[in-house]
Amino acid sequence: MRLVAKDICCERGGRLIFESLNFTVEQGELLELRGANGAGKSSLLRLIAGLNETSSGSLSFQDTPSEISVNENSHYIGHAEANKSALTLRQNLSFWAAFLGTGNVERGLAAFDLTDIADDQARLLSSGQKHRLSLARLATIERTLWLLDEPTVGLDQNSTGKLNDLLKSHMDNGGMAIVATHTDLGIKAKKHLTLKARA
Amino acid sequence: MSAVRAIIARDLRLGARQGGLGTAIGFLLALIVLVPLSLGPDLALLSRIAPGIMWLGLLLAVLLTSEQIFQQDFEDGSLDLMTMTATPFELIVLAKAFSHWITVSLPLAVLAPPLGLMLNINIAQVPMIWVAMILGSFALSMLAAIGGAVTAGLRRGSLLVSLVILPLYVPVLIFGIAASTSGLAPETALPSFLVLLAITLVTLVISPLASAAALKAYLR
Repeated sequence: MRLVAKDICCERGGRLIFESLNFTVEQGELLELRGANGAGKSSLLRLIAGLNETSSGSLSFQDTPSEISVNENSHYIGHAEANKSALTLRQNLSFWAAFLGTGNVERGLAAFDLTDIADDQARLLSSGQKHRLSLARLATIERTLWLLDEPTVGLDQNSTGKLNDLLKSHMDNGGMAIVATHTDLGIKAKKHLTLKARA
Repeated sequence: MSAVRAIIARDLRLGARQGGLGTAIGFLLALIVLVPLSLGPDLALLSRIAPGIMWLGLLLAVLLTSEQIFQQDFEDGSLDLMTMTATPFELIVLAKAFSHWITVSLPLAVLAPPLGLMLNINIAQVPMIWVAMILGSFALSMLAAIGGAVTAGLRRGSLLVSLVILPLYVPVLIFGIAASTSGLAPETALPSFLVLLAITLVTLVISPLASAAALKAYLR
């Protein structure tokens, strides 16, 4: 199974951000997205997640036994946390697990050292901890393709290490990931894609 | 269906914590307490207009909370993730509108008729008003969801909500009051009840489609 993007282009507010973009991501591969601010990294991730529309081109999983939709098998972790401050950490993760079908909440909490504070309300968290709570969705609910938008921003060294471990084991289990980042990830990406900012 | 159940369970919990109902009840109470004071001590007049005042209170109180239905989920990115499933988005939107009914409109509809006693309402009318309000409140929540969806991405959208939703509230108001006041014989009230039921069923179909379309336009 692999993700194939053919000739995709992206337009936001009447402005062309990128066009005729081609790439493939195989199982066990991590694609690192690079590019200056405004080059379209976030737009590309949202587009793959099905949150923005492509005006041309195609994006799909190929070599699969049956047709699988991309956005229903992806995790998208962007800048919005998608957690409710009035709920506890465990309740937040349990909601997403229940919403998406199945999931192992305890594993998600443990993956980012959140077990000890699992029953605190999310409003008490620091911004880094809030970000860890969003990332914990990755370990809670199994999905093939991870779309991460600058996942290391605001993380301490320890948590960055945990994220790298998680990415590594995801790759080892045949997962895929597309990560937009400005810093070097702990694991070596086999593929890079650099988006150029348009003047 | 697990997605729908999860949303309803979460929104009921959030509704209990965040107290949107409190604002709505406060508004309803203020209206019902202030009307007799502003009209003076004419008991006959008061009991004649009581059902109308109660319906107005219910309607405006629901309108007041319509912004809350989608705004938070829109701003914190939850709605984005909610589109990334096999569950139709319309069903997700319906689940949120239903939660709004349970947490805000239904308690208001249950509470309003007893509060109406302050307006010298005829006690024999109360059961009829109760049934009409519970039925009508469902339609009000469904319509409020459309308003909430249309303004989810706007700061200070409340003015727009009123403009968008008020015309849609008119039929509910007219037939709701007709059902509440058309005498005490069930056979004269029946036609109005049936129209109110029909309106409620129509909103049940239209609201998820319209709200989902509006929200998708914002998410893109």
